[in-house]
Amino acid sequence: MSKSNSFRDVAVVSVASHQTKILSEVNEVQLMADLISNCRNSVGVTQEEIGFTCSGSSDFLAGQAFSFVHTLDSVGAFPPISESHVEMDGAFALYEAWVKLQIGEVDTALVYSYGKPSAGSIIDVLATQLDPYYVSPLWPDCFSIAALQARLLLDKGLITLEKMAETSMRSQMNGSDNPNAVRSSKDVSFENLMNEPAIVDPLRASDISEIADGGCAIILAAGDKAKLLCERPAWIKGIDHRVDSHTLGVRDLTRSPSAFLAAEKAGINTDRLDLAEIHGMTSAQELILEKEFDLNEETRVNLSGGSLASDTMMASGLIRISEVASRIISGQADRGLAHATSGPCLQQNLVCILEGE
Amino acid sequence: MTDPNSPPASLSQQVKIPESISGLEPVRSVRSPIRLVYDFVPSPPVQEYLRSYSKKKILGHRSPIDGAVFVPPRGVDPRHGVLIEESVELSDRGHVGNFCVTHLPIPGRDDLDTPYVSAWIHLDGASVGFLGLVAGCENDEVHIGMRVQAVWKKEEELGNTAENILFWKPTGEPAVPIEKAGNRAWDQTNE
Repeated sequence: MSKSNSFRDVAVVSVASHQTKILSEVNEVQLMADLISNCRNSVGVTQEEIGFTCSGSSDFLAGQAFSFVHTLDSVGAFPPISESHVEMDGAFALYEAWVKLQIGEVDTALVYSYGKPSAGSIIDVLATQLDPYYVSPLWPDCFSIAALQARLLLDKGLITLEKMAETSMRSQMNGSDNPNAVRSSKDVSFENLMNEPAIVDPLRASDISEIADGGCAIILAAGDKAKLLCERPAWIKGIDHRVDSHTLGVRDLTRSPSAFLAAEKAGINTDRLDLAEIHGMTSAQELILEKEFDLNEETRVNLSGGSLASDTMMASGLIRISEVASRIISGQADRGLAHATSGPCLQQNLVCILEGE
Repeated sequence: MTDPNSPPASLSQQVKIPESISGLEPVRSVRSPIRLVYDFVPSPPVQEYLRSYSKKKILGHRSPIDGAVFVPPRGVDPRHGVLIEESVELSDRGHVGNFCVTHLPIPGRDDLDTPYVSAWIHLDGASVGFLGLVAGCENDEVHIGMRVQAVWKKEEELGNTAENILFWKPTGEPAVPIEKAGNRAWDQTNE
């Protein structure tokens, strides 16, 4: 969508997230009960006051059919609630909630998503999202596919190993201020990153996102309700998502046209972007995104450390929105871009532009 | 009905089959076996429950909101989305809150003759039903409100599993009046 007066004003008014390497005995219900109640309590709303609840999670990741139904125990679906679920990153659940708020029947929405990849093998789980006839039966792991993309970028001269190391370094240094960053370091050295051996050539360990367990909860509110709940709501000025072909072979993997288009439709306006939280599985993907969004030097990228520092399948995208929104709500920033991706090699992309008043 | 052995519609006369594959049996399915391995660790409330259950003790969880007791415990009051930490030990006696007579066998339970009675057992002190089988009497004697008691497996067969109770047998105590049987604690009508 582009900025238009015909849309209802909707804002993020409350966020809560948690990421850690391995949650072990903490199950998804316990994790989310804590985050959802924190998120509601900080703006003083009860579940009964929430008009719509939407979640994002994956049964393949949880290893359980209808796993999201169990997690509803953490919401409190009593008296019965209006609820929906997407088998996608929580950022896409937020999009559904935004649409619901646009319809105008409800004024508030709770959005949450979570993942516990430590319980299984994420490289196997992600292989099952590929073409079921020709690609998935070969079980290519997600990092190898991302490495093919990085190799193309390097060989075409679009990025360098140095630029990748700089991106990893930015993530680790920024992440040192973020308690949810699993891989972070204040004094990471560029030389050390350059000297790391490639584990899926050309990707070094630091070029690959640090897989983490975790979750995120967000409360959206419309118009006056948002102003009532939050002193400085993070208004959604534009939100859009687009998809590229599922067939890896037909795509130019050095680009992400769907990310470019989603940003354009969301009304990016790079001159007024204080910060951007972009979601990629590798340093090379972050470089593609920076180019697609045409970010300039004024925009600070991934102050949280981004998904390179802590990557929770199904929640990393929603956490990008949470990171931008929390900085706007606290007054640290005025306008920011949050990006979420899904699918191999930046196939599906969502861009959300947030702004304080 | 379509003949399953005839070629699919896409391979009918409209489509010209190349010489190289003409006469071959059309591909009707692709097999791509998937194996995903998970390593589950039960949450602490479930671990505590299963360990106690293997010692013939049934634990429930008491809600901090209104004292409702949930069994088996899941660490959360699902009505309010609130974490629960307080465990309570429950009796292995209760009453039948509701039941049905089932004529379908349970896979893997060859010991079970059909028809059998499955029931929501409302343990004394619990606010919700607990699923189990009722036996030790004729099926047509089972009724809502009937007092029952757990029949546990032999000591050496007990383990950290949900299967420790073989069935629930009638105690012969006076029945719970039907209007009070199977009620939820938050209705404030349970004993």
